[in-house]
Amino acid sequence: MSTVMSIFRRELGGYFATPVAYVFIVIFLLLNGMFTFYMGNFYDRGQADLQPFFSWHPWLYLFLVPALGMRLWAEERRTGTLELLMTLPISVTQAVLGKFLAAWAFAAIALALTFPIWITVNYLGQPDNGLIVAGYFASLLMAGGFLAISSCISAMTKNQVIAFVVSVVVCFLFTVSGLPFVLDFFAGWAPQALVETIASFSFLGNFNDMMRGVIDLRHITYFVSLIAVWLFVNVIVVNNTKGV
Amino acid sequence: MAALIEIEGLSKRFGDLLAVDDVSFAVDRGDVLGFLGPNGAGKTTTMRMITGFLNHDGGRISVCGHDVTSEDIAAKTAIGYLPEGAPLYGDMTPRALLAFVASVRGMSASRARERTDWAVSRLGIESVFDQPMDTLSKGYKRRVGLAQALLHDPEVLILDEPTDGLDPNQKHEVRSLIADMAQDKAIIISTHILEEVDAVCSRAVIISRGKLVADGTPIELAARSRYHNAVTLTLRGIGALEAQSSLASISGVAEVAFSDNETGVTRCTLFPKASAAIIAEVSAHVSSVGWEVDQMWVESGRLEEVFRNITTGASAGAK
Repeated sequence: MSTVMSIFRRELGGYFATPVAYVFIVIFLLLNGMFTFYMGNFYDRGQADLQPFFSWHPWLYLFLVPALGMRLWAEERRTGTLELLMTLPISVTQAVLGKFLAAWAFAAIALALTFPIWITVNYLGQPDNGLIVAGYFASLLMAGGFLAISSCISAMTKNQVIAFVVSVVVCFLFTVSGLPFVLDFFAGWAPQALVETIASFSFLGNFNDMMRGVIDLRHITYFVSLIAVWLFVNVIVVNNTKGV
Repeated sequence: MAALIEIEGLSKRFGDLLAVDDVSFAVDRGDVLGFLGPNGAGKTTTMRMITGFLNHDGGRISVCGHDVTSEDIAAKTAIGYLPEGAPLYGDMTPRALLAFVASVRGMSASRARERTDWAVSRLGIESVFDQPMDTLSKGYKRRVGLAQALLHDPEVLILDEPTDGLDPNQKHEVRSLIADMAQDKAIIISTHILEEVDAVCSRAVIISRGKLVADGTPIELAARSRYHNAVTLTLRGIGALEAQSSLASISGVAEVAFSDNETGVTRCTLFPKASAAIIAEVSAHVSSVGWEVDQMWVESGRLEEVFRNITTGASAGAK
């Protein structure tokens, strides 16, 4: 565990050693504000909740989280530091966990910095703060899901651009798998059970339920197992390709 | 007690290419093994397998009694490794890197401080200790890479081209550092520089196209050269033709070769039959004919020539 923490600290420090962290946080906050106030009609709705704020998160994360995750492994491969890292007394699992947790913690920091919107909505009305906490929790879990996918894909290439593009596509598929245009494609011929399974894989479906305050064990299990599976594959990928 | 590094029947395949083919050797405490071979011969691949970065396809590697596959963490704990090209995290400073390595290696704060101070002063990286590594010169990067490998005072050191990119003074520093540490460690260094083998290695192995083709002390390897026991003379005032016929008649001399003649001076090398010592016969002959000899010495053998012969597949000269 202390090894995971050592890697975690190095990785998280790495974000702040370069402008990456600051650029990412500023863009994340700007886009969040734009989406919430202009496209989400935060004021016009006249409701004291953060629905317009959270409902854009899947689409924001779709581009921003792969940007955060693309360097995790691809950069180490390109510069050769993977050889330095993997010849220290560290297991691949520890390295994968340390890196993932650092990126996730960074996403949590960015998300926490949106707190002014929470202050705003409390100033303007009497929102259900329990619902807002549920929304933040769901948003963070979803970011973890996106991140696990991005981390795994980053381990497959030494090119960050490829890692980014492929991660966006895979994340997109996971995001939209519950929307009608995907389900209609399967509904005509696939058994109902398969269609429901695909629908249940959707980030959007799970996230929207949680955002509405329905924090079911099912949704948490969904995101946690999604993260676990992608990180497990991540370990296998690193193990099999580290020296190539 | 078993040797610190034991390698048996090691092999590695990349697709159709057999990169390392049935390589076996052992390195014990106190040994500095020079790992020689042309580019692409399998040196780096072998080192990567010892350090656990690459998985091997066949054979067995043990480091301090730990199998590198089944007990990889224990093996890696015992190893200090400088990878080829000394890759480092560009946005970190040497201070941050050494702190990271110390914490991953589970060193206590006081030991980390003591070892860091030692490595920093021994490798002369004080002046760049707080600069991002992207901004460092090649020589400094190499030295930070060495500091990182030596930080936990490992029993086994694997250094892939440790002096590459260093200036002659730094090369000398690194060699004397290796020599100082040699006593209680098992060290493998790969190098292209053959003088380095003479300077620091107690043993050398040559690898060519994935196969181990020679293993011995630098002196033993040099003895495989046709220059072994050859005698080189510089003569004043005697022409090459005259010297040729006279010298070739000495018993035991197989061949006479002439090189870089300055005006009035003839330099020639006399190769013995079957590497026998011929210095006595040569000096007796020279004094009997009364030539003016500027210099005369016995060659111990040239590693470079042995290396070339072995790795290009030619037979090893006179032997």
